[in-house]
Amino acid sequence: MNGAGLRRLGLGLIPWIGAILLWYAVRWSGFVNVSLIPAPHQVAAKFFELLTKEGLLIDIFASTRRVFLGVALGILVAVPVGFLLGWYRPARTFADPMINFFRALPPIALIPLVIVYFGVDELAKLVILFYASFFSGVIVMYEGVSQITPLYIRVAQTLGANQAEIFRKVIIPLTVPHILTALRVALGVAWATLVASELIAAQRGLGAMIQNASTYFLLDVIYVGIICIGLIALIMDLILRKITARLLIWQDRAIA
Amino acid sequence: MTKRAQFDKVSLSFETPKGRLNVVEDVSYDINDGDFIAVIGPSGCGKTTMMSMLAGFQKPTTGKVLFDGRPVAGPGPERGVIFQEYGVFPWLTVKQNIAFGLTLKANHAATAERDAICDHYLDLMGLSDFANSYPKHLSGGMRQRLAIARAYAVKPQFLLMDEPFGALDAQTRSNMQNLLLKVLETEGKTVMLITHSVEEAIYLASRIVVVTARPARIKEIIDVPFTYPRDESIQERPEFAELRSHIRQLVMDEYRAQQAQMRPVSFSE
Ligand SMILES: Nc1ncnc2c1ncn2[C@@H]1O[C@H](COP(=O)(O)OP(=O)(O)OP(=O)(O)O)[C@@H](O)[C@H]1O
Ligand SMILES: [Mg+2]
Repeated sequence: MNGAGLRRLGLGLIPWIGAILLWYAVRWSGFVNVSLIPAPHQVAAKFFELLTKEGLLIDIFASTRRVFLGVALGILVAVPVGFLLGWYRPARTFADPMINFFRALPPIALIPLVIVYFGVDELAKLVILFYASFFSGVIVMYEGVSQITPLYIRVAQTLGANQAEIFRKVIIPLTVPHILTALRVALGVAWATLVASELIAAQRGLGAMIQNASTYFLLDVIYVGIICIGLIALIMDLILRKITARLLIWQDRAIA
Repeated sequence: MTKRAQFDKVSLSFETPKGRLNVVEDVSYDINDGDFIAVIGPSGCGKTTMMSMLAGFQKPTTGKVLFDGRPVAGPGPERGVIFQEYGVFPWLTVKQNIAFGLTLKANHAATAERDAICDHYLDLMGLSDFANSYPKHLSGGMRQRLAIARAYAVKPQFLLMDEPFGALDAQTRSNMQNLLLKVLETEGKTVMLITHSVEEAIYLASRIVVVTARPARIKEIIDVPFTYPRDESIQERPEFAELRSHIRQLVMDEYRAQQAQMRPVSFSE
């Protein structure tokens, strides 16, 4: 790592250190009942305990897999649907209110219905996560695709491109950035929806862990669960950002 | 001289919410092989619309637009278009942009030939140092040169240029004009150029079509008396100044006509 990289890492760490200090400060200030706020080091100790004795990794894996599958399926459908809606204006006027209606429904409100129709197994959780990723992804896709200017298509036509070539060589490259954005948005939403999806009788998973811990008032476990979700979401986002930067090297973006 | 393109009693009107808008009206003229036609007229009069009928993006309401004797059915690689907004593909490097047309079925070239063509235009347009850069790193003038190189690479017989140098500063603009003249000298093409600049029209064109305020009709077609190759010295010639003041007058009249058209009724008298 070079000097600039180290500096950036340092800058990125400062807010975290600040947050931990603030955490201790609130705990020691006496304004809040100390038993309601486990200290950072207690949470860290709990983390290692869960990791070594309780199979925290299994929970992490279960949750990550659900998010992954939900987002993958959601985006797989959202990309063509969003593309068509963005491309054909009439389709958009026709589908817009509907999509906004469904998007406005919080996935958690659907849980009772999902249980009725899909039971309480893995499928039910997947349905919730699919729902959340699809509707967030589809909007990003169609907003993006509808902003593609016809100029590049016209240019390609004047150079002799046929329909298939226009699609392959012009429309796809112009759509990739929107797919990546949709993926990022959907990932964020899916992690946010995870706990809700795992409310449905889940055995394992970070959401289930938090859920069970709350019944027994195990605050430190709840903290571990929340921090894990945040961290994994952050790591996934970072990876996706790296991939985006690599694929979209041509984009005119201010890179820090 | 063979006729490359013909406008034959061409009119075009758009259906708008406020009713029918006549944009081009009864326009007839021929463009011969080797001609350099400049079209000049007030803003919004219908110049781009006229050109896009020949490019194949729009169909005349009445009349015929012919290319090589056949009605224009759509865009095609024999009619290169240089758009005012450049339209270089941002996701491709400079070299990939130039090669784009050569990778298409319509004018496919083997890799070696493609490389040779790319190198030729990279060199000609002074873009060699940027062959592997993305357009985001190019200046406006370089993007314009790239757009021209890309259009040239597929060897169109005919070039349509819509205010290609309009957005450039004076120095770059004059460099681009000279470069265009130089390229035409070696590659000999037929050109239709839309411009707002009277000087540019006279300096580059063999014939100037002055069009009226909307709907665009032909006001006057003027033959430019200078022979090619040309250089900047012709701009000092008395004929140049005469021609300039004549065309300026025509354009000014149409500009006033357009202003009068746009003025709300309640304000006149
Ligand atoms: N698709 C369309 N539908 C309706 N009106 C249109 C359409 N395209 C162009 N127009 C109108 O036709 C008129 C002529 O447009 P055009 O772009 O041809 O003008 P122009 O001479 O190229 O102008 P400029 O010099 O500003 O580029 C304008 O008033 C424009 O609003
Ligand atoms: Mg125009």
